[in-house]
Order: sequence, then structure tokens, then C-alpha cells
Amino acid sequence: MKIKSADLWFKKAAAILALSAAALVILLVCSMAYYALPAIRKFGLHFLHTSTWDPVKEIFGALPFIYGTVISSALALLMALPVSLGIAVYLAELAPCCLREPLSFLIELLAAIPSVVYGLWGIFFLAPFLRETVQPFLFRYFGFLPLFQGEFYGVGMLSAAIILSIMIIPTISSISREVFLTVPSAQREAALALGATRWETIRLAVLGYARSGVLGAVILGLGRALGETMAVTMVIGNRPEISGSLFAPAYTMASVIANEFSEATTDLYLSALIEIGFILFFVTLIINIAARALIWRVSAKIKAK
Amino acid sequence: MEAEIKVSNLYAYFGSICALRGINISIKEKVVTAVIGPSGCGKSTFIRCINRLHEVVPEAKLSGEVLLGGKDIYSADADPILIRRKIGMVFQRPNPFPALSIYDNVAAGLKLNGIKRKNDLDGIVERSLKMSALWGEVKDKLNASGVSLSGGQQQRLCIARALAVAPEVILFDEPCSALDPISTGKIEELLFQLKKNYTIIIVTHNMQQAARVSDYTAFFLLGELVEFDKTQDIFTKPKDNRTEDYITGRFG
Repeated sequence: MKIKSADLWFKKAAAILALSAAALVILLVCSMAYYALPAIRKFGLHFLHTSTWDPVKEIFGALPFIYGTVISSALALLMALPVSLGIAVYLAELAPCCLREPLSFLIELLAAIPSVVYGLWGIFFLAPFLRETVQPFLFRYFGFLPLFQGEFYGVGMLSAAIILSIMIIPTISSISREVFLTVPSAQREAALALGATRWETIRLAVLGYARSGVLGAVILGLGRALGETMAVTMVIGNRPEISGSLFAPAYTMASVIANEFSEATTDLYLSALIEIGFILFFVTLIINIAARALIWRVSAKIKAK
Repeated sequence: MEAEIKVSNLYAYFGSICALRGINISIKEKVVTAVIGPSGCGKSTFIRCINRLHEVVPEAKLSGEVLLGGKDIYSADADPILIRRKIGMVFQRPNPFPALSIYDNVAAGLKLNGIKRKNDLDGIVERSLKMSALWGEVKDKLNASGVSLSGGQQQRLCIARALAVAPEVILFDEPCSALDPISTGKIEELLFQLKKNYTIIIVTHNMQQAARVSDYTAFFLLGELVEFDKTQDIFTKPKDNRTEDYITGRFG
């Protein structure tokens, strides 16, 4: 009898712990909604699509921050994905055995560097380099595109996206590598036996088999990029404007909260910042749900039809 | 009949372990040759030497000569990729590409060969699936995933995939070991059809299967070829005591 009751208690305790995680999320959402209420009442949906951010006149619109977060993360992903896949394919399939472990370790080390260090590197190395070398080059040869026009500040959307991409490369590449390593050798041999070259084998057997796992890696990387605060704040230029140019300074949701929270003196100002936090939460939630759905569709397609 | 595959003095290694010790064998064209023997006797290694798949295993080495139609596939100017296109292989467990549809699985090898025209592909895919006796079951769902099929169907899909690239030789590495008896029967039926056009080598654990499907049988033990003869002779009057012990079930 004693054993049975212990089992029951264990089950209850585990259930409570599991539910408390869900409860915590609900509490978080509710309390944020409560504190954001003044701003929600005052601006309503205008908050989402106006670009004015004027603490003096107390007019707040979050569009530039939403734009900054989404675009910087999307650009980062665009740059990081091919590089990460290249790294993962090399480490899992092509590298000589003696190089695999040390290289994987070095790449994972990139993930362990604190983001403030990335930020410093961005300010002292990346931004000047972009300002003096990369941006003039892009302007000279691709200046006809609105993407590459405007002043060369160094700091701005481009440097933020580059820093973010460097920060998510270790995540995407190390998870993709793990996924590639789980591809059964029977898959590779099936391709080889058909007369596939090395590259064809990787494309046919490895990338095809691993694609839902790679998608998962991409989502984790994207999640990291969306929420990244410190490094981005240091290099994005912190100007709440929407510009078509990658050279122009921008602002993200996480950065504005970090920068202005301590100086938000009025209730409405504070409330507007909390509402931005609330939106950030929802943007990440929506992207995660969309990605989950995508993974689910891909793997369901693989499993049965 | 001319010997299609002539193996002389073949030694194969995994690191320092010797898996095959001096194999000499001549395999005839358009017959089914079964390779039998207990686990670890080197029979899978042997057929993997014939399509140069042995060498893709890290630390694997080999020496000796394997002639295919008179040409040494291990000579310096032989390209393993072209050789593998001439020698199809069907594996122990069905291994269709999960990301590809039934159609694309069969067409995979053709696309590698640069055949891209829809009409050509359609014709070859249909013919290959008919030859592997799968067409009737899948003709209405060619766009479904290859792994949505049952195990036996998947194995026939893999056979169709191997047939599509028009090989001269097809290697079967215990193709029925993961299948139920009905699927096994279908695959064996298929082997009878295929040997009209292809040289077939089948590794099998199952001696009844070897007796049913093959014309010639090779018995391997501890990395050596103990005996090679007409299947009938191997099973009725083996010359070597070890062969007799094995086929009568005294070990293995």
C-alpha cells in the first residue's frame, strides 16, 4: 500500500510541475497585457502600424521596431543558412576524421561567446570595415538598387544582420551536423550504388533525408535572432525609422526595450514599451507555430501519405 | 557461356581485419548465383567488392582483380561511379529515399545519368515498375512518398530503382531478410524473370531460398570460398565436408 501511495504522490508532483510551466506562460501573458493596457487603450491597433515614436509628445507606434526585428532576423537567416549548411555538410560528410572534432568544437565555441562581446567586435571592427570597404564597394557596383543607397554609417541594418548571422551559424550548423550524422548509411549507399557522385549522394540521400531536422535547426536559429538584444543594440544604430536601404540605421523591439526602459518616466511610455515586449512575444510565437506546422507537414509527408 | 564476372585473388580488409582471403570465382552471365554462408563469413563484403562499395567504408582496403566483361574494375583508369551505374544493388533493408515520391525514387538514378526529358523518364519509370511487379499496385499513386509503401513494396521499389538505370549485373544483399513470406515469394518470383536479362548475384541466409532461386551457389566460410558449383550439386552432393555440415545444419 505504501508503495502505491508513493507512486500516486510522484505522479501528482510531476503533473503539478509540468502544469506550472504552462501556468507561468499564462501568468506572463496576463501580467504583460495588464501593464500594457494603458498603451493598448490609447493607441489601439494604430500602435502596430504607425511609425512615430515620440516620448515627449507621448505618441507611440511600434512599426519601425517590428520591421527592424523581422527584417534583421530574416536577413541574418538568409546569410547564415547557406554557410551553416556548408559547414554541416563538410563536418558530417567530407572533412578528414582528424579535423571533424576540433572544427565542430570551434564552431560550437562561437555559440558560447557572450553577445556583448559580439557587440563590441561589431562596433570596433565590423562597423568600420563595412563603412570603409564593404559599403562603398556595394554602392559602386550595386548602387542602382535602393538596398545599397544612402550614407555609409557602418552601424545599421546590414551590420546587425551580419552580427546576427554569425551568432546563429553555430546553432544551425551544429544541429544540422547532428541531423546529418543520423542519416543511415544505407541511404548513402543506395545513392552510391546508383552511381551517384559524392555531391549527388549528399543531395539525394543526406539533404533529402535530413530536411525536416534542418528546418528545426533553422527555427532555433531564427528564434535566437529574433530575441537577440545586446549585440544588435550595439550595432544597429538605434533609429526608429523604416528605410529601404540596408545601410540605414534601424531599431529592433528588443533593443528599444533595453535602451529606453530605464528612462521611461511616464506610465504611458512604460506601458508602450511593455506592449512592444508583448508584440515581440507574439511574433516569436507565431513564427514558432508556423515553423512547427511546416516541420509537421514535411515529416508527415515523409511518414505516410 | 562466357564468364561475366571473374574475380581473382581478392583480399578485402576492414582495418587490420581480413574479411576475404584470396577469392577466385567466375560468375556466369544471365544466371542467378547465390552466395551462402554463416554470418560474418564475408559474403556481403564479397558482393560489395563487385560494385566498389566496399571501399567507401572508412579503413576498408582490398587487393586482387575483379573483371567485369574482361575489364578490371579496380584498374587505375576505372571510374567507380561509372562501374556502379553498370552494377545495380538491392540492400538488406528496403531503403527508398524518404523525401522522394515513388516516381522520383525510380527516376533518381536516371536523373543522375542526365536523363531529364519527361517522356523518356515516364517510359522508363513505368517499364521498371512493371519489371519489378509493382506497377499495378502504385500506378495511381506515383506521387505518394516512397516510404508510404509496405516493406515488401518498398523492396520492389528499390529493385525498380536499380533496374531503371539499365545495369548489366544486379547484386542482392539478403533482399528478403526484412520481409514476410508473401513478399519474399514475390521477390523470388521476380528473380526468375530478371535472370533472362541480367546477371544476378544474391547473398542469402536462407538455404531454401538459395536452392529455390539460384543456378549456381557459392559457399563462403571465414572469408574463404569453400565451394562453388551448380546449386543442385552443392545441395545434393557437396564435395567439401564443411559445405555438407553447413547445408545439413550442423553449424552456422
